[in-house]
Amino acid sequence: MPAISTASLPDIIFMLLFFFMVVTVMRESSLKVAVTTPQATELTKLERKTLVNTIYVGRPTEQYQDVYGKSPRMQLNDKIADLAEIPLFLEQHKRNVPEPLRGGITSSMRIDGDVTMGIIQDIKERLRKAGQLKVNYSAKQRSE
Amino acid sequence: MLKKGKKRMQNEVNASSMADIAFLLLIFFLVTTTILEDKGVLVLLPPWSEEPPENIKLNERNVYGILVNANNDLLVRNEPMKIKDLKDKTKEFIMNPTGREDLALNPKKAIISLKHDRGTKYKAYLEVYNEIKAAYRELRDEESEKRFGRKYEYLQRWQRDTVRNAIPLVISEAEPTDFGEEQ
Repeated sequence: MPAISTASLPDIIFMLLFFFMVVTVMRESSLKVAVTTPQATELTKLERKTLVNTIYVGRPTEQYQDVYGKSPRMQLNDKIADLAEIPLFLEQHKRNVPEPLRGGITSSMRIDGDVTMGIIQDIKERLRKAGQLKVNYSAKQRSE
Repeated sequence: MLKKGKKRMQNEVNASSMADIAFLLLIFFLVTTTILEDKGVLVLLPPWSEEPPENIKLNERNVYGILVNANNDLLVRNEPMKIKDLKDKTKEFIMNPTGREDLALNPKKAIISLKHDRGTKYKAYLEVYNEIKAAYRELRDEESEKRFGRKYEYLQRWQRDTVRNAIPLVISEAEPTDFGEEQ
């Protein structure tokens, strides 16, 4: 009995490989806060990645609790930051965006559902003061 | 078997490890992949101004006051309400189909006033915001169907502007109270 030819196996695997290579988005910053976004129905998709800056809010994960405590903190890029660093963060992101597109910059707020509004209110105030008015509250699609 | 192979081709690169290499790469990408879809509730914040806002006297019937307190309870016009009723009640307030005295004069005048506490859970806040947006989306869809026979998202730009002007979304967020912020 002849063996089944496995010559096409690499091709199949390569196909899968290419699929994953295309859909992969390398996570640019590792999270130091735990974020589980809430669910919602009225969602807008953020299309252009370059026009998006991300602000994470949540409780520090276990390994960082000694340093940063357990109360909710904000993460910019890959470090936990103070609220006062927001304008600088926005400015640094803006510098990499071509001038005509700067009006379309959106702040994506990835916030843990169990965080209270106090810190979010403070962040919103800083964003408004910095003139960053387009905000997207990240959420997962809720299936009805 | 060997004989047969030799007859067909003299030398052949052994490709049997190709699958293994591909598998290795595949597994690497599988592990590192986060199919990250950034979706969310889009919000336009009001610009910052140093002066305190002017005290404009608004007709009370045009303001729909929604309060989410530190216990995540919903209070609409000083009456407790369940979150699942909020969308329909908001729609009724905006359109006022029966012409009631205590609901909005017309959709253009309607203002949603959203107030929360610093101790309100973000989840509860977003849920309320989501319901308000849902109410407006449904109303705009209905209006679009009526005027142009298509849903809002399939309209052309000028048609959208017409619908948006007919039913403008005005959410006013008041300075939050501070009763129950956790430390």
